[in-house]
Amino acid sequence: MTTESIDYGRLPDAAGHFGPFGGRYVAEILMPAILELEAAWTDITAKSAFQQELQSLLQAYAGRPTPVYPARRLSEQAGGAAIYLKREDLAHTGAHKINNTLGQGLLARWMGKQKLIAETGAGQHGVATATTAALFGMQCRIFMGREDIRRQAPNVRRMELLGAEVVPVDSGTATLKDAMNEAMRYWVTAVQDTFYVIGSVAGPHPYPAMVRDFQRVIGEEARRQMTTMAGRLPDLLVACVGGGSNAMGLFHAFLEDDVAMVGVEAAGCGIDSGKHAATLTTGTVGVLHGAKSYLLQDEGGQVTEAHSISAGLDYPGVGPEHALLKDLHRVRYAAVTDDQALAAFQALCRAEGIIPALESAHAVAFAMAEARRRPADDIILVNLSGRGDKDLGIVFDALPKKETRT
Amino acid sequence: MKRIEKKFKELSELNEKALVGFVTAGDPDLGRSLAIATAMCRAGLDVLELGVPFSDPTADGPVIQRASSRSLAAGTTLGDVIELAARIRRQSDAPIILFSYYNPIFQYGLEAFYRDALAAGADGLLVVDLPPEESDEMTALWRGADFDLIRLVAPTTPAARMARIASSASGFLYLVSMTGVTGSDGLDVPAIARQADRLRAVSDIPVCVGFGISTPDDVAAVSAVADGVVIGSAFERMIEENIDSPDLPAMLAEMVHGYKAATQAKRP
Repeated sequence: MTTESIDYGRLPDAAGHFGPFGGRYVAEILMPAILELEAAWTDITAKSAFQQELQSLLQAYAGRPTPVYPARRLSEQAGGAAIYLKREDLAHTGAHKINNTLGQGLLARWMGKQKLIAETGAGQHGVATATTAALFGMQCRIFMGREDIRRQAPNVRRMELLGAEVVPVDSGTATLKDAMNEAMRYWVTAVQDTFYVIGSVAGPHPYPAMVRDFQRVIGEEARRQMTTMAGRLPDLLVACVGGGSNAMGLFHAFLEDDVAMVGVEAAGCGIDSGKHAATLTTGTVGVLHGAKSYLLQDEGGQVTEAHSISAGLDYPGVGPEHALLKDLHRVRYAAVTDDQALAAFQALCRAEGIIPALESAHAVAFAMAEARRRPADDIILVNLSGRGDKDLGIVFDALPKKETRT
Repeated sequence: MKRIEKKFKELSELNEKALVGFVTAGDPDLGRSLAIATAMCRAGLDVLELGVPFSDPTADGPVIQRASSRSLAAGTTLGDVIELAARIRRQSDAPIILFSYYNPIFQYGLEAFYRDALAAGADGLLVVDLPPEESDEMTALWRGADFDLIRLVAPTTPAARMARIASSASGFLYLVSMTGVTGSDGLDVPAIARQADRLRAVSDIPVCVGFGISTPDDVAAVSAVADGVVIGSAFERMIEENIDSPDLPAMLAEMVHGYKAATQAKRP
């Protein structure tokens, strides 16, 4: 397969495959629900009445379009290319996740389902799902690893204020992967009346394509905004990748263009330490959570523990479309450590008065380093996927230790 | 005749139903797992399902999740499970089905798995998260048709889909009794009977029912409407509660006796 022969707009195929990746690896109990969802997604989201309702919610409720902001002081500090930020942190609930939950929540309503469930890592997807459930008057249950409940406590409170029930998950590593396992287990018991709102471009078909399509608005807006502001498209797009929804949302509208792209994974304590979440950088192909993609796993096919300071990137899998984009060399995947992300977090706070999510700080860290290697007339567009209020506790815990070291 | 087919034919002649027993291979370790499995086969288990442990068992309830974790903590690999099947085969002629999630088999190698599992004397495979939509990539690499691929049918499976699943299944069809994970409560025998009848209308192969069957009374009730019953979590619970007992194989054999007697009850 050559990059030129790929029609990105036509992926995945009818069975949900992105080349050798993706698919529907789920238990038979869920297959009818997955097929029903696929049919509803195809039929309902094509209706103009659905699209109009979604568009008006995205504008009047979620605050779209989000701005693109030229980060001049940050660019000066980095030295080199101009860094622009796509401000998903300014969307309602503080991250890009609301684009997808409004889309899936509206689809659930059109399908007549009154109960939403979701998994969450950092809590941003959980908050966005709880918000959508409140908006539509639906019941909501959020599965969250016990470890993530501890480190993202403010988001747990937010979900509860919004009327959602937060279900702690103790199995496995008590993080995002296990929350997704538990959400799938719950879904099989309640599949007739419950809509599972998956938050990333992961899971069985149609989720990777559906979530991408609901997030594609990020890149579509950014294309227009960059053309207006800079008179041209950026040279490089940068976005963090856990499961990969904000990155797919930004990248997809640019795949046919001459624009370079980098997905930034979490290198945690360093790739060599083994404590990281750099699935595309170091992983191998396998099947987890309903799709074939790259995975962190041992030789026997057991999924291994991921690590990142950022709960939203702390996931040993990645969306199948990213796996294909890696193999096609259309997108390059890099990794940034906890310490580098923390330094970029502070740099963005001080240089621009913007407190980023630790997830997004990984993308900022990569962009600052890359800007130094590029001429001043190059443009780098970073997806600032979320704001950092939820991370203050983690950052305060981590920074004094760093300062005593340096 | 293949071992599973032969077993169902024998049972049918005796007017008995099949008792299919699931245990996680390598729980609590490979040595005790061998003792448990062979004791269960000697006690009259008709078909043995050996569970391959997996880090992320999304279709399993807490009891089998914990069994899987114990086995992984003891270091069990798929290669060990195949070797365990070979050791059981030396002591028993009961059909052995390997019950797995897809990823361990995918990593082992799809062709190598077929070759090695068959050589070990295993008779079939059930892959929980491999629906017919995705299974061609595996079966296309299997050389020969000596190995049965056991398919799942759920309460949510519509009739047209049942026919499609049945057409690619062999050995027996595994009818999931309820929408839930393994070890759930709430057995609804009339609903199971209706689904089993729908399944028999589109297929001639035996229908075994699993999920949520835990007592000899459950076994008797479900045996009346199906060709066999599958019991898993009840065995695993006994293993977990008596994990250090030297009498564990004998306790499980006793359970098998009780369940097996319930499959021999006359149909109402």
